[in-house]
Amino acid sequence: MSALIEVEGLAKTYPAPGGASAAVFRDFWLAIEEGEFVCLVGHSGCGKTTVLNILAGLDRPSEGAVLLGGREIEGPSLDRAVIFQSHALLPWMTVGGNVAFALRSRWPRMSGAEERERAERAIALVGLEGSETKRPAQLSGGMKQRVGIARALAIEPRILLMDEPFSALDALTRGTLQEEVARLCASTRQTVFMITHDVDEAILLADRIVLMTNGPEARVAEIVANPLPRPRVRQDAHRHPDYYAVRNHIVDFLIERSRRLALSGGPADPRHPPVVRPRARPASATDLGNRRGYA
Amino acid sequence: MRATLALRASVLSALLLAGFILVWYAATLPKSAGPAVDPAYARLMGAATSPQGNGLPSPAAVGGVLLDHLRHPFFDKGPNDKGLGIQLAYSLARVMLGFLLAAIVAVPAGFLVGMSPLLRRALDPFIQVLKPISPLAWMPLALYTIKDSAISSIFVIFVCSIWPMLINTAFGVAATRREWLDVARTLEVSLWRRIFLVVLPAAAPTILTGMRISIGIAWLVIVAAEMLVGGTGIGYFVWNEWNNLSLSNVIVAILVIGVVGMLLDRMLALCARLVAYAE
Repeated sequence: MSALIEVEGLAKTYPAPGGASAAVFRDFWLAIEEGEFVCLVGHSGCGKTTVLNILAGLDRPSEGAVLLGGREIEGPSLDRAVIFQSHALLPWMTVGGNVAFALRSRWPRMSGAEERERAERAIALVGLEGSETKRPAQLSGGMKQRVGIARALAIEPRILLMDEPFSALDALTRGTLQEEVARLCASTRQTVFMITHDVDEAILLADRIVLMTNGPEARVAEIVANPLPRPRVRQDAHRHPDYYAVRNHIVDFLIERSRRLALSGGPADPRHPPVVRPRARPASATDLGNRRGYA
Repeated sequence: MRATLALRASVLSALLLAGFILVWYAATLPKSAGPAVDPAYARLMGAATSPQGNGLPSPAAVGGVLLDHLRHPFFDKGPNDKGLGIQLAYSLARVMLGFLLAAIVAVPAGFLVGMSPLLRRALDPFIQVLKPISPLAWMPLALYTIKDSAISSIFVIFVCSIWPMLINTAFGVAATRREWLDVARTLEVSLWRRIFLVVLPAAAPTILTGMRISIGIAWLVIVAAEMLVGGTGIGYFVWNEWNNLSLSNVIVAILVIGVVGMLLDRMLALCARLVAYAE
């Protein structure tokens, strides 16, 4: 069996002075299964957004290729919906108009009635019933991002690409939206690739968390298989015995090992980076670990 | 009680106007027993036509002439004696025609220039050189090639309107937010849908600003152009009344030119409000 998305030996290089070329990242290999939620975590400058833009078809890799369902992607496509960090709603259209614009692009021959009906359903899905005729400028940041999510989900993409979708929101709104995205994606078994640097967000949402070493010359350092079972709920997730084991593992990586691994050149086999599944140690040790994690 | 700012501003405006008219009135009062000037000398100095004051018409005289024009705006008593309304209609028709022709050329051209960095660089030197040329400098060339004074003045309006619209359209199109274009790309929006549903609405406020600048310049230029080619139009009217030494008519014309120019600008400002969007 082959994965829905296969990222093969991706590299992005820029010409450097003296004829050489500097790579932001290279040897980026990743497979994403159907229905899987994958988060990419790493420091700024490791090329996370570039990876996502290449997956979206908005950017071209210098080397390597991305296969979707076994076929190489050539450019942007309705197969892959993007939720932008800055929501990217068209401000001269209403909320309904923004969603309808996407629907009309996906299904040009759809009837006006069905288009309206689908737009309303997508908007209701993100909890914005009754806001169809509002302009984006009349909405709060969180509501705008909800419309962005509605627009992306309305076209029923094979994969949803999210570039730090919640980073511009306040903590409270972010929490609510994370939970809703988790619920929406779980209920439709939506395949998702998301970039974040919020560790808790990654643990709450992702089945697998891809950790990247620091740039330049960034690569996949390891893949953390989330030991927490679905569905994960924000209020309870941190009570799971393995929660702090995963969290500490990732935080340790970001603070210390991402830099060290970057210097040592990443994993030996970039195609098969080590997969780890952090588990809690026996009870007494876990308590200690927790306290240390919070200190 | 605090009056609103708008109310206080209108009161101040009215006071300023009243003050201006008062000064004007005082300046044009007949000098009662001024120093006796030799009538022959006065005639030589051109003061003979107006026995009172310094020759400038008084506010009341101008008001009377204005009222007269407003009462009969469309009389036509031969080539040198037409109503102000007819003259204005000629000028407005020329401005509208030249402006519309310019818009038809400038907006699509601006789109091309804005969307293609190659064209932008290639055309930039031409635009930079052509833009600062006074449109009236084209007049002899236009008269020679077109051989029709009415069409020549429309051509001059066309030339002066085209640059602000072209430059603003190109700028607005080029400044369309990257993320909006990315949305269109990920949704596989076709070129024409992208132009009409994404780029045009995004650039519309900037394009309208260009149009406002253009129509303002066109209205400035038409007066000068009509003074030059003669025949009809508000510019010709001003020059003709100067030759008749009827300063009252000249002042009325100046006032009317200002009001019409303001109305043209208001009209486009209204259109601009229709396409404006808040981010």
